[in-house]
Amino acid sequence: MVDSASESKSAGGMSPDQNTWKETTLAASLKKMPAREETFTTLSGLPINELYCATGTPDPAIGFPGEYPYTRGVHPTMYRARPWTIRQVAGFGTAEDTNGRYKYLLAHGETGLSTDFDLPTLLGYDSDHPVAVPEIGKIGVAVDTVEDVRLLMADIPLDQVSTSYTINASAFVLMGMYEVVAKAQGVRKELITGTIQNDILKEYTAQNEYIYPPAQAVRLVVDTMEYAAKMMPRYNPVSVSGYHIREAGSTAVQELAFTLAGAHCYVTEAVKRGLEADFVAPRVSFFWDIHNDFFEEICKLRAARRLWARMMREWVGAKDPRSWTMRAHSQTAGVSLTAQQPDNNIARTAIQALAAILGGTQSLHTNSKDEAYQIPSEGAIKIAVRTQQILALENRVADVVDPLGGSYYVEALTDRLEQEAETLIRQILDRGGMVASIEDGFIQRQIADASAAYQHALEAKKEFIVGVNVQVEPEAALPFEPFVLDPGLGERQIKRTQSIRKSRPQAEVGSALKEIEQAATGGQNVMPAVVRAIKAQATVGEMCDVLRRVFGEYRAPLVY
Amino acid sequence: MKRPLRVVVAKPGLDGHDRGAKIIARAFRDAGMEVIYTGIFQTTEMIVRTVVEEDADVLGISILSGAHLHFAEEVCRSLREQAAKDVLVVMGGILPPADIPRVKAYGVAEVFGPGTPTSHIVDYVKAKRAPMAEPA
Repeated sequence: MVDSASESKSAGGMSPDQNTWKETTLAASLKKMPAREETFTTLSGLPINELYCATGTPDPAIGFPGEYPYTRGVHPTMYRARPWTIRQVAGFGTAEDTNGRYKYLLAHGETGLSTDFDLPTLLGYDSDHPVAVPEIGKIGVAVDTVEDVRLLMADIPLDQVSTSYTINASAFVLMGMYEVVAKAQGVRKELITGTIQNDILKEYTAQNEYIYPPAQAVRLVVDTMEYAAKMMPRYNPVSVSGYHIREAGSTAVQELAFTLAGAHCYVTEAVKRGLEADFVAPRVSFFWDIHNDFFEEICKLRAARRLWARMMREWVGAKDPRSWTMRAHSQTAGVSLTAQQPDNNIARTAIQALAAILGGTQSLHTNSKDEAYQIPSEGAIKIAVRTQQILALENRVADVVDPLGGSYYVEALTDRLEQEAETLIRQILDRGGMVASIEDGFIQRQIADASAAYQHALEAKKEFIVGVNVQVEPEAALPFEPFVLDPGLGERQIKRTQSIRKSRPQAEVGSALKEIEQAATGGQNVMPAVVRAIKAQATVGEMCDVLRRVFGEYRAPLVY
Repeated sequence: MKRPLRVVVAKPGLDGHDRGAKIIARAFRDAGMEVIYTGIFQTTEMIVRTVVEEDADVLGISILSGAHLHFAEEVCRSLREQAAKDVLVVMGGILPPADIPRVKAYGVAEVFGPGTPTSHIVDYVKAKRAPMAEPA
């Protein structure tokens, strides 16, 4: 979900003053990507400088944008060179349905794509599996074979539009399908951009769409990181996600800690395999939830950048500055949307979006006002996209880098969040790491407790949600059209998949599936065999079933 | 002697969004009920078996995946066929308003949407099932 590679400042050092920063870090960045305008001014015509900071040497904990420890942003120019990417997630029905929504979004000014998959795809079941049938295409698009991905991306130039896939347990299959489709479009491997979420650890702690036991699933994530670094060097094979952790009820500190600890786990597991940290860490990206506490959310992104930079440089020993940068996609908090008085969600989302931008996100999804009920209607999603355009074009918040840097409150809160998160991460490492802390329910317990505490506070009216526990109004008719799925979509999807299963090269499918099994059993990277099976039109379910047999299925501890 | 209400909280289908299910399971427990939380990925057969084996008075189904019509119909039918007594079925999650009368027609007693205070749900269940708690 993250778009431009961060500036790789040769020394990775910190400028002693603003002039040095301007002549080295900023100058190098502007050479690669100039600012959007020669000069920036306020609406009244007053000049806006590229950066405001204290005179002399800055506090080393704050530093300069584009320099370690990146508190003020991963790029020296931030949005003055390139605004954040407007990336709305979309997915429903069959591949053709979602492809139509993509074209609508691009026509209304969206600049990147993002895909939600349906539950059977997320969990590695084909659409004609008995548990899949009631869920086909409901909360995302149904994908069974590479043909579905080809139709999903039809007429979308994959060398120009970066695409993010929100998928985890079966991500190894979808990443392979994306590569096969991009190459079939004629895109060279160096030009394939995009992101796949592929953050399995947070599935066990928050979203619950897992298949295999955690240790084996982490191994699959490392397989995809290794494969992508070789085969699609500009692709982000993992987007470590605090979003779902927060939506499950965590605090901001827990979101920071569990996310960064997860990312640390993937990188250190890759190192254990013999890969250099700098081979995989530069393409690790992040995904955050932007909730209602305006300043806390801004400071959360600033603290995440600084803590990740330190973890990679000092804890792991990564030397490439690109390994230190916490590049992020953000989404306004779905959980903050209310079913009551849904128009209020427009205001909530706009303010959360502003926090994401002031926090320095690289791309942003703004929720639609009707998402507490349904897949967003076209009218509602348009308001969400327009909200981002208003922020970028009218409010001028993209014209200055880290405008809140140096604020006593913002810096103090950034420090505090960083310290609290670091303490929690060290606690997890002391307990044996993320996998151990998932297997014994430590992390799930923390999230469940935070979620229950918030619910108690709401019911005691110590916390407020306008329209829900204060300013309550009688229920009114919904001010939007219901989103209705085509009732025949499941049948259409099953028909396509079953017809492909009959016409494909069966011997090749069988042999490729066998090769996946051998790689999984023998501890080799499964991805080359997976891509071979994809090309032979093996299905998502068949490939995931092979690994079900090798790895087993996970039964989670019940924690509430 | 009064025995506590026994409540099964279930997550049918492939939906993993369990924040609401866990919150309501905790609220039932805090209200003195005996709670059996099934966890996620439950089929109709698994849910009904749990209700029967646990001799539950109440079944709470939490669903946010849009498959509510399918599971409301199947679970209620199967409970009528298999449960020895009348089990109170309530549903929570995201349902389009037009679907609420439909799941009630299948046998769901009440649907609790987003933002419902847990105390409201607890009170509802107690009011509906109070007599069951005191066997003659």
